[in-house]
Amino acid sequence: MSIFVPNGKAQREQMLGVIGVEKFEDLLSPIPESVRLKKELNLPSPASEIELVKEFNGFAEQNTSAKLVCFRGAGAYDHYIPAAIDNILTRSEFLTAYTPYQAEVSQGTLQAIFEYQTMISRLTGCDAANACMYDGASAVAEAALMAIRATRKKRILVAGSLNPRTIDVIHTYMDNGDFQINEVPFNEKGLIDLDAAEQLAEGGVAALVLQYPNYFGSIEDVQAAADLVHKFKGLLIVAADPIALGVIEAPGNMGADVVVGEGQPMGVAMSYGGPYVGFMATNTKYLRKMPGRIVGRTEDRAGNPGYVLTLQTREQHIKRAKATSNICSNQALMALANVIYLTLTGETGFADIAQQNWHKSHYLNDKLLEIDGVTDVFDTPFCREFVINLPVSAVDAAIALEEDGYLAGLPIPGLGEGAMMLTATEKRTKEEIDGFVDAIKKHIQGVM
Amino acid sequence: MEKTIFQYSSPGRIGVSLPVLDVPETTISKKFARKEAIGLPQVTEGQAMRHFVRLSTKNFNIEEGLYPLGSCTMKYNPRLHEFLARIEGLAAVHPLSGDSSVQGTLGIMYKLGESLCEITGFDSVTLQPAAGAQGEFAGLMLIKNWQEARGQEHRNEVLMPDSAHGTNPATSTLAGLKVVSVKSDEFGKVDVEDLRQKAGENTCAFMLTNPNTLGIFESNIEEITKIIHDAGGLNYMDGANMNAMLGIARPGDMGFDVCHLNLHKTFSTPHGGGGPGSGPVCCNEILRPFLPPSTVVKSDDGYTLLDSTHKSIGRLLAFHGNVGVLYRAYAYIRTMGSKGLREASEVALINANYMKTRIKPYYDVPHDDGPCMHEFVASGAEMAKKGVKTLDIAKRLLDYGFHAPTIYFPLIVKEALMIEPTETESLESIDAFIDAMIAIAEEIDSKPHLVTDAPVNTPVLRLDEVKAVKDLCLVEPIE
Repeated sequence: MSIFVPNGKAQREQMLGVIGVEKFEDLLSPIPESVRLKKELNLPSPASEIELVKEFNGFAEQNTSAKLVCFRGAGAYDHYIPAAIDNILTRSEFLTAYTPYQAEVSQGTLQAIFEYQTMISRLTGCDAANACMYDGASAVAEAALMAIRATRKKRILVAGSLNPRTIDVIHTYMDNGDFQINEVPFNEKGLIDLDAAEQLAEGGVAALVLQYPNYFGSIEDVQAAADLVHKFKGLLIVAADPIALGVIEAPGNMGADVVVGEGQPMGVAMSYGGPYVGFMATNTKYLRKMPGRIVGRTEDRAGNPGYVLTLQTREQHIKRAKATSNICSNQALMALANVIYLTLTGETGFADIAQQNWHKSHYLNDKLLEIDGVTDVFDTPFCREFVINLPVSAVDAAIALEEDGYLAGLPIPGLGEGAMMLTATEKRTKEEIDGFVDAIKKHIQGVM
Repeated sequence: MEKTIFQYSSPGRIGVSLPVLDVPETTISKKFARKEAIGLPQVTEGQAMRHFVRLSTKNFNIEEGLYPLGSCTMKYNPRLHEFLARIEGLAAVHPLSGDSSVQGTLGIMYKLGESLCEITGFDSVTLQPAAGAQGEFAGLMLIKNWQEARGQEHRNEVLMPDSAHGTNPATSTLAGLKVVSVKSDEFGKVDVEDLRQKAGENTCAFMLTNPNTLGIFESNIEEITKIIHDAGGLNYMDGANMNAMLGIARPGDMGFDVCHLNLHKTFSTPHGGGGPGSGPVCCNEILRPFLPPSTVVKSDDGYTLLDSTHKSIGRLLAFHGNVGVLYRAYAYIRTMGSKGLREASEVALINANYMKTRIKPYYDVPHDDGPCMHEFVASGAEMAKKGVKTLDIAKRLLDYGFHAPTIYFPLIVKEALMIEPTETESLESIDAFIDAMIAIAEEIDSKPHLVTDAPVNTPVLRLDEVKAVKDLCLVEPIE
C-alpha cells in the first residue's frame, strides 16, 4: 500500500459495498475492454525515501555546474537568496493552496499578491500590475498580443537588441498566420537603431518591444523609443531587468506603456531555468487588455476590507475563446518569493544590491580591459552585463575556465568569435573577480 | 483589517545583511540614474516573517483539510520532494550551463520524459510547457504545424465538446484556430452524430478531456478518434483528468495523437496558490519533429539538451521548463512505481464513486449513468429554486472546515458542483465531508439563512466582487 493512500483493503471493501459493486473492476465498466491496459506500466521499481535521497544526491553531484563561480547571466542570474524566503514558501498555507477562487479562505495569498502588484507597479513606474506570468519571455509575448488587442493593429516591431530567446518566444506566440513581426537592427553601440525603427513603423504598428538594459547590457533610450512609437499610435513595451531598476530610471517614468520582465533575480533559484516568474505592469488605460489574474481590494458583508480576484471577465474561464489569454495556472509561489524578497531587501537593501551589481560588473569590465587584446564590443554605458571581445575563441575560453572552477560569460558568436557576455552580481567578491580575470589572462597567454 | 506590509515600514529598517562593497565604485551617470525612491517597505526580517506568517494563517490548504476541487486533483504534496528540489546541486544550476556539467538534471528530465511516455502510451515528449494551458497551446501548434507540413494549412477548426474547460477555446484562439463546439448527449458524453457532422475538410484538431469534465469516461472514444482521423484531423487529449487512468488506460491506446499532463495535479507537485504548474506534452512519432527545443536525448556520451528551433513550433519559455517542478514529479513516480500509480487511480475512483453514492440522495447528480471516474458533478439546481445558490453551498462548506468543490463548471450543468476527493483522502475525512454536505442540504430546508449568510467562520465574511470591479483598487496608494 502506498504511503500516500490511506484507504487500505478494509476501507476499500467497505466503500465498494456502499457503492453497490462487488469488486473494483466493476467501476471500470465505462472503459471499453479494447482500450484497457493489459500490462503493468514499465517503470523503475519504487524507491524508499532513503534510496531516493541517495539517488537525488547522486544527480546533484553530477551537476558540476552548481559548484562553479558564476559570471554568466543572459536572462538568469546568480543572486543571493535570503533564507527567510524559503521558510515562508514551504509553509503549507502558501505551498499547497490552490488558486484563490474561494477568496474568504485565501486572504493570505490574495493580500500577498496585492502587495506584489503594488511593489511591481512602483518598481516599474506603472499604475498597476497583474498577479504574474510564466516567465519574462512569455510575458513579453503576451504584452505584444495585448498591444495588438489595444491598438487593433497586427504588426509589432522588436528590437534586435532583445534576448534572442525572448524573440523566439514572441514568434511562437504570434504564429497564428495573422500577425507580423519586424526586427529592428541594433547599431554599433549595441542600441536599437531608432532611424530604422522609424522607417519600419511607417503605416502604424501595435508596439515596439525594447529590452532595458538590453540583452548586451547596454542602456537603451526608453524616452526616445516611447516618443517614436507613440507618434505611430503604438505602445512601447519594455522588458526590464528588475535589479537594474534599483539604479536606473523606471521605464514607466519614461513613457513605457507596458513593462514586463523576468522575476528570477528577485529571490528565485536558478534551478536550470525554472520555475521562474514573469511580471507585467501597465497604466490604467490598458488595464482591461491585460492578460492573467489580477487581485483587487474590496469589502466583505460587514464592511471590512478584503481581497478578491477581479476583472475576471478578461479571463478564459469566463470569456473562453474571447479571453485576453489562455493562461490559467501561473507562477504564484515565485511571485510570492518576489514580494518577500522586495520586502526583506526593502528600499535601502534593494538599492544597495542594485548598486553592488553595477559596481561589480563595472569593476570586472575594467579589469578585463586591462588584459592585452581584450576590448569592449560596444562603447556604450551598460548596467549589470556587458560584452567583451577576447583575442581568442570565447567558446574555448569558457570550456577552459570551467576547468578552473568558473562558469564564464556566455559566448555570443553573432558578435564575433571572441565575444563573451559577462555579469558579476553582489555574490561575487573582489577576490573571485580578480581570480577569474587572472584565469582568463592565463588562458589567453596560453593560447596566443 | 490586516495591515499591509507598507504600514510596518519605518526609515532605516532592513531585513537583509549585505556584504560591504569590496570593489571601487563606478559613477552612475545622472542621465540614467533613478531619480526617486521606489517605495519599497523598510522592515526587519522579524517583522517581515510575522507579516507573511500572519497572512498565511488566512489560507486554506491541503494540509489543513479536504480540498475537493473537481478537475484540480488536490492530492497530498509529499514533503520529501520539497527537500529534494532544493538540494544545492539541483537548485543552483544556471540554465545555460554546458551539458556535461548538468548531467544530473538532464538525467532526471530524460527519465521523467520516458516515464511520462510510458504512462500515456506515446513515444515523444516536451517538458517545456509551464502549465496545462501552455501545454494545450504547444499541442495545438504541433498539430497545426503537422497539417501545414502536409499542405493542409486551410484546416482552421478545432472541435471540442460544449463541456470543455475554458482554456481549450482560449488556447484555440491563441493558436489562430476557430472553435467548433460539439454537443454533449444526455449522458454528458460527446454526441457522436453531431461530431460526425461537424468533422470535415476544415478539421485541424479535436480536443477532448478524458475522462471528461463531468468525470465520465468517453466510452465511444475509439469511434470518436476514428471519426477525426478519417476527416484528416488529429486528436488532442487534455490530460487534466489523468489521475483517473494511471496504469488503467492510456491516451496513446485510444486514438489520441497528443496529450498534455498536469504535473501539479496527477503527479502531486504543489499548487503554490496558483502555480507553478508544469504541462509536459506527450505525442506520437508524426508530431515529434515539431516539438519545442529543450528536449533531452541520451547517447553513450551521456545526455544532451537539444536546443534548436529548426522545424519546431518554437520556444514557449526562455529556458527549459519548470525544472524544479519536474524534479518533484520524478520523485513522485519513483516513490509510487507502476503498482503505486495504478493503486492511486483505483482508490481515486473508489473514493469518488463512494462520495457520489452517498451524496446522491441529497443532491441531484445529472448524467449519472453508471460508475463515474475520479470525480462527479452534482447540481444545485433544485436548491436554487428554494433561493439557495450553489455559490452559497460552496461558501457554507468553508464554515464546516472544508474547501469548496469547483463550482459553475462545466457550463452544461446548472449550478454545478464538481467534486474530486483524490486518493490521498481517508474514508474518515471523506465521510466527514459527506456529513457536511448532508448537513447543508438539511439547513437549506430548515435554516436557509445559515447557508446564504455563509461564510461566517472565515477570516472575512463574503466578499463583494462587484464592488471590487466598480471601485478598482489594485495597488496600495502611495502615501
